[in-house]
Amino acid sequence: MNEIKRKKSLAPGVTLLEIEAPLIADKARPGNFLILRVNEKGERIPLTIADYDRQAGTITIIFQEVGYTTKLLGSLNEGESLMDVAGPLGSHLEIKGYEKVVCVGGGSGVALLYPEVKAFSRQDSEVITITGARTRNLVILEEELRELSERLYVCTDDGTLGHEGFVTDVLQDILNEEQDIDLVVAIGPVVMMQAVAEMTEKKRIKTIVSLNSLMVDGTGMCGGCRVTVDGEVKFTCIDGPSFDAHKVDFDELSNRLSYYRDYEEMLADEDYKAGDSDE
Amino acid sequence: MNKKPEKTPMREQDITERIKNFSEVPLGYSEQEAHREAERCLQCSHKPCESGCPVEVPIPDFIAALRDGNYEKAARAMLKKNYLPAICGRVCPQAEQCEARCVLGKQHEPVAIGRLERFLGDWIMEQEEDFRESPLNPEKNKDTAFRAAVVGSGPAGLTCAAELAAFGCRVTIFEAFHEAGGVLKYGIPEFRLPGEVVSREVEAIAGQGVEIKTNCIIGKTLTIDELFDQDFDTVFIGSGAGLPRFLNIPGENLAGVYTANEFLTRINLMKAFKFPEYKTPVRLGNRVAVVGGGNVAMDAARSAKRLDTEKVYLIYRRTEEYMPARREEIEHAREEGIEFMVLNSPRRIIGKEGQVRAVECIEMELGEEDDSGRPRPVPKPGSEWTLEIDNVIVAIGQTPNPLLAQNTPDLKTEEWGGIKVDDRLETTRSGVFAGGDAVTGTATVIQAMGAGKKAAQSMIEYMKNS
Ligand SMILES: Cc1cc2nc3c(=O)[nH]c(=O)nc-3n(C[C@H](O)[C@H](O)[C@H](O)COP(=O)(O)OP(=O)(O)OC[C@H]3O[C@@H](n4cnc5c(N)ncnc54)[C@H](O)[C@@H]3O)c2cc1C
Ligand SMILES: Cc1cc2nc3c(=O)[nH]c(=O)nc-3n(C[C@H](O)[C@H](O)[C@H](O)COP(=O)(O)OP(=O)(O)OC[C@H]3O[C@@H](n4cnc5c(N)ncnc54)[C@H](O)[C@@H]3O)c2cc1C
Ligand code: SF4
Ligand code: SF4
Ligand code: FES
Repeated sequence: MNEIKRKKSLAPGVTLLEIEAPLIADKARPGNFLILRVNEKGERIPLTIADYDRQAGTITIIFQEVGYTTKLLGSLNEGESLMDVAGPLGSHLEIKGYEKVVCVGGGSGVALLYPEVKAFSRQDSEVITITGARTRNLVILEEELRELSERLYVCTDDGTLGHEGFVTDVLQDILNEEQDIDLVVAIGPVVMMQAVAEMTEKKRIKTIVSLNSLMVDGTGMCGGCRVTVDGEVKFTCIDGPSFDAHKVDFDELSNRLSYYRDYEEMLADEDYKAGDSDE
Repeated sequence: MNKKPEKTPMREQDITERIKNFSEVPLGYSEQEAHREAERCLQCSHKPCESGCPVEVPIPDFIAALRDGNYEKAARAMLKKNYLPAICGRVCPQAEQCEARCVLGKQHEPVAIGRLERFLGDWIMEQEEDFRESPLNPEKNKDTAFRAAVVGSGPAGLTCAAELAAFGCRVTIFEAFHEAGGVLKYGIPEFRLPGEVVSREVEAIAGQGVEIKTNCIIGKTLTIDELFDQDFDTVFIGSGAGLPRFLNIPGENLAGVYTANEFLTRINLMKAFKFPEYKTPVRLGNRVAVVGGGNVAMDAARSAKRLDTEKVYLIYRRTEEYMPARREEIEHAREEGIEFMVLNSPRRIIGKEGQVRAVECIEMELGEEDDSGRPRPVPKPGSEWTLEIDNVIVAIGQTPNPLLAQNTPDLKTEEWGGIKVDDRLETTRSGVFAGGDAVTGTATVIQAMGAGKKAAQSMIEYMKNS
């Protein structure tokens, strides 16, 4: 059992939880994730380790309530516990040796981007961060990211905050004007990551994406998270979740991601607390 | 006495019913049936049957005790050698092991050793009393102050832990998943081995003073070095063979292609067959093709059959007699309407809009013997044909998961992934032992148990000498 030590709402439907998990906190590095299960009947879902406090023995997750499990997770309060938390999983991100980095996040991808922005800024890289959300009140982590970044560009689809339009518009301008970018990191919806990859490939700028494949075990056992990278089959949970954006087969990834959509919608309609009553 | 040439039959769930549920198919012996079967045993003094059992279950002794109605004596005899009788009685390939050596088998059917073992195992689970030697319990306190860590809670790890505990060693099992049991829990389906049976035998081992820490991935959450730092004297690795093998044909990453591991884990560990009560679904269309001919393939095919599908095909490249699955499971699969497409091999998986639509196969014929002693399947040129399907489940084997070895310096593996050990099952790292599928590749439950036991003996020697 892992107790929730702190809960904070970051935006409507976006929640931060600090959870007791000393062994994981001890080992976590930027880019790692964990797998959790809320209760006996729950699904195992992967979430990025957004932050960790080795001293306090806690880890932080930031998640967007998109479906059954994330909503259930968001309904928990401080003092309550999660049934299972396993990690840290995945290979960590290599953050050394980049002077100027552009970090691009879209939707809940912004939550995943946060630990990476933090890691780069601690390495004294110059970090330019671009975040995108549908509308103003879905913008998350603005303050936190502004503090860590050299510059922060916020984009909203409807123009209610910051730049009106997509993160890729801002990225394109930056790529056109600044020639000294060493690395681009993109995390968000597949279409966004794919668009970023196409743009940076033309400029030959190294780009890393973090993939959100469907997972079951997270330890390389089920093969459900497989993706094709540079013509080879890779497991997101072991070999990733970060990969060279220019080599990922994004079409395959989005096909595989959509396979369970009907089931996800079926559960989303269910009262997400109903399943707990007999536990 | 009325000795029949055939085994006392075991009642089974009716075929038309069972393909609609995940309840156990064979229903077990009644006391009367068990008694009748026990009487068939000739009590051979040279005990040929015992030599066919990797953990040396005292077969004639436990059967004699069953025959005499002395269940307690039978239980004590069994539990000295086999900590998981209810499991082994259900899933051991008896036909190739103990029962293959039974003298009755020469002229008649052998004694149904497995079924009797299951009967006894089930009886033990129902008793309050603990018939195991529990040296760590306060009355018999024989604590040696030795501490051992066991990685993985499959049959190898469980047996190693139980054996060490019986010696008086304090044992902690570290398991990556949220539940203990290994393949017994996530792989083998309910209708063959109910999860409840696994849980109860695992609990019995925990009751011996074995601590089980779930959600702990050795190599990630903790390293082997850290286990030694935490004052464990020795480590056993029983991490199994969890890495799925692929066909390496075009279309294998289409949505709708599963590895047997993913498919079975969703169903068994995550209980997808109880969706939406349990929140992990498994999606299948009407027509499913399973590729392979082992226990895993049979389990996948029979599970698919129970999930409201119309057609389940089993594509296998040799003929039925060369299938590595237990005979009983092949029979069950056939009875349940699985369509065997033998002498065929998938060439490519054809998709539409990213999802599986069909599989192209090529016919095979049997050629000369290969390394496995079976005839090599050879493709017949120009014999390609197409089968329309919605899903493919790849069940062609697993190799050891590299995660642990990759994160453990000095732990050497064979080229194909198996952990290197010497004849005492010690790895290339001093004080670290290994056994089961992690060393041999996919084998059997009882072989994994045999290895766990043997490693425990070596570990005891190691601890005494250091
Ligand atoms: C390595 C890794 C790290 C992750 N880290 C984080 C994190 O830090 N924070 C976070 O919020 N999420 C993260 N995710 C995603 C997170 O795991 C999923 O959001 C979660 O599993 C959804 O579960 P659910 O039951 O709530 O929703 P589901 O029922 O699974 O889905 C709900 C709805 O969302 C839609 N949907 C589901 N998946 C996707 C997708 N990939 N893209 C677009 N739409 C989708 C579905 O159509 C459905 O309508 C990560 C994923 C991976 C693989
Ligand atoms: C579907 C299926 C059906 C089968 N049917 C039969 C049958 O009918 N009869 C038979 O005799 N055999 C059968 N087998 C084979 C048999 O199950 C295996 O040979 C046996 O389970 C091997 O035992 P093990 O203890 O070595 O490994 P496993 O049972 O694989 O257990 C290994 C455990 O270690 C854990 N683990 C792995 N890595 C780590 C790590 N780094 N840290 C912590 N924990 C870790 C895993 O999660 C797992 O729980 C079947 C196998 C499958 C897959
Ligand atoms: S454990 Fe398996 S091989 Fe040994 S006697 Fe029992 S059924 Fe036979
Ligand atoms: S060989 Fe067969 S008949 Fe003889 S003791 Fe063993 S089980 Fe009984
Ligand atoms: S999630 Fe199962 S192999 Fe990656």
